[in-house]
Formats: sequence, structure tokens, C-alpha cells
Amino acid sequence: MTGRYLVLGMIAGLIAGVLAFGVGKVWGEPPVAAAIALEEAGAPAAPEHAHDHGHDAPTAAATAEPEPAGHSHSHGEGEGISRATQAGIGLLTGMAVFGAGLGGLFALVFAFVQGRFSHLGARATAGVMAVLGYVSVVLVPFLKYPANPPAVGHGETIGLRTQMFFAMMALSLIAMVIAVAVARSGRDRWRAGILGGLAYLVLVVVAGLVLPAINEVPAGFPGDLLWQFRSVSLVIVAMLWAGIGLIFGQLVQGSLARDPGLRQRLA
Amino acid sequence: MAYTEATDDFRSRPIPLGEWAPWAIFAGLVMLLALYFVSTEQGAVALLDGTGVHEFVHDARHLLGFPCH
Repeated sequence: MTGRYLVLGMIAGLIAGVLAFGVGKVWGEPPVAAAIALEEAGAPAAPEHAHDHGHDAPTAAATAEPEPAGHSHSHGEGEGISRATQAGIGLLTGMAVFGAGLGGLFALVFAFVQGRFSHLGARATAGVMAVLGYVSVVLVPFLKYPANPPAVGHGETIGLRTQMFFAMMALSLIAMVIAVAVARSGRDRWRAGILGGLAYLVLVVVAGLVLPAINEVPAGFPGDLLWQFRSVSLVIVAMLWAGIGLIFGQLVQGSLARDPGLRQRLA
Repeated sequence: MAYTEATDDFRSRPIPLGEWAPWAIFAGLVMLLALYFVSTEQGAVALLDGTGVHEFVHDARHLLGFPCH
């Protein structure tokens, strides 16, 4: 049964990934391209930062190659991967692989939760999971450490930024698990639900206050471009989660409805 | 309404933990590895040399909100 869910989850994730690619291709790539253009013009980044970023102008990129991995980075130059590849098949592959992986994990959690903690129908459970997952894994970590376009972020702080981002994500996820536990305890469901929501809010606010602030937006980086990139990033990931929640729920429902033998075995 | 009937049985029966756990561990690990390669590989940490993976999924990584470089 778990294996069946896993396959359905990965299919749902793959489809959602392709949809997210569509959103990314149409609305995500223009701000990415604009940020790279700014970066290569060297306008927003101070000259002394240009090397640290590794985002050198195309002419200097060749000389930046021997730097160790993680520091050397150039658009359209690294390992012969062009901008067209990054914005096309690379974006599609990234979204599809990420979607399938997320969908698979989603299905594994669903297999654990369904009938154990949730007694809703398959589609309702998947829908609730997608909303709670998006809020805790995406939205709240984003409020603390928002997505950054190319040209934002110093190469030498990638380690710290990555650790803090995943720390915020993990704390938010733990807080959500606690909140759901609180919301399910107690006989008065309204009261318990509100207490659960408050518990989540308090825990993530504390986590947000404890973790360090990181802001590496270069002076002079256009505010509207940053806003555009960040909002479209939220929408792309929302597409992914909504797609997984809705498509997976529907696939599970369909697979149950079509298979009377399966229904009997579960009964 | 057939759907409601179909799900009634299904709601009441959780998958036994012993049946679920091996899937969760092994498939879960593979799924996490997939997420890792898109979100983090050759960024803060690297399993493979070079920057090929990073460059290939570069735009997806940015747009998915992960620290890229």
C-alpha cells in the first residue's frame, strides 16, 4: 500500500513540477534574466564583491574557473552550460526532480497519517497536508529568509545562509507537528484548533527571533525586481504544493474507487 | 456518493507501522537525495566535484527559494 502511494505521489509531483516549470518559465525567468543582466553589468554589486560572488563579467569568467566548487560561479560559462540550458531543460529537470521527490515524501507522510491521525477522505487529507506543508516548509521560512535572485548574496556566506535556511525550515516543521498535536488534543475542537495555531505562531516567532538576520541585497538593487522575483518564487512553490496535494488526492481516490478488491482488503 | 462509501473503510484502517517503516526509510532517503541534488548540491556542500549540477539546476534552485551561491 505504501509503495502504491509512493508511486502516485511521485507521479503527482512530476506533474506538479512540470506545471511549476510552466509558471517559472513564463513569470520566473524574466526577473532571473534581469538580475543576471544587472549583475553582469556590475551595477548593483560593488567592484570588490564581484570576485567574491564569482559572478564575474563573461570575459573574467574564464579566469575564475580554477576556484574551488561553491565559490566559482558564472552564468552561461560554468561547465559549458548556457543560459538557454539553465532557463530551459535545466529548469524543467530541476522542477520535475524536485516535484517528484517532494511528491514521494508527501505520499510517505500521507501513508503514515491516513487512518491514523486523519480520518478524512483521501483528497481532504492530502489537501490539508498540502496547506500545512506549504505554510510550515515554504511560507514561514520564506518570511525569515526570503528567496534571492542571482546577484543577491555573498559567495562566502553560502554555508551560513544554507544552514540557517534549513534550520528555520526544520524548526517551523517541528512547530507545525506540535501545533497539530495541540489542535487534535482537547474535546473542544475550536478551542484546541486556536490553541494549536497560537502554539505554532509563538514557536516560529521565537525561532525567527533567535536565528540571525541575513540581508545581502546589494545597495542599489532595484526593489521592484526583488519583489517580483520573490513573489513569483512563492507562487511557483505554491503551484508545486497545490499540484501535489490536489493531484495526489485525486489519484489515490481514483485508485480506491477503481479497485474494489483494494477497498475490501482495507475494510 | 460512491466515493464516500469507498473511503469510509479506507479512513478507519491505518497502514501498520512495520509495513510502512521500510518504505519510509529507504524511499524517504532516495526522495531526500533527489531534493538535495536540486536544492543544495555544489552549493554549501558538494558530493561531486565541479559545478555542473549546480549550473544545470541553477534557475530552479533560485526560483524554489534555496540559497544558491
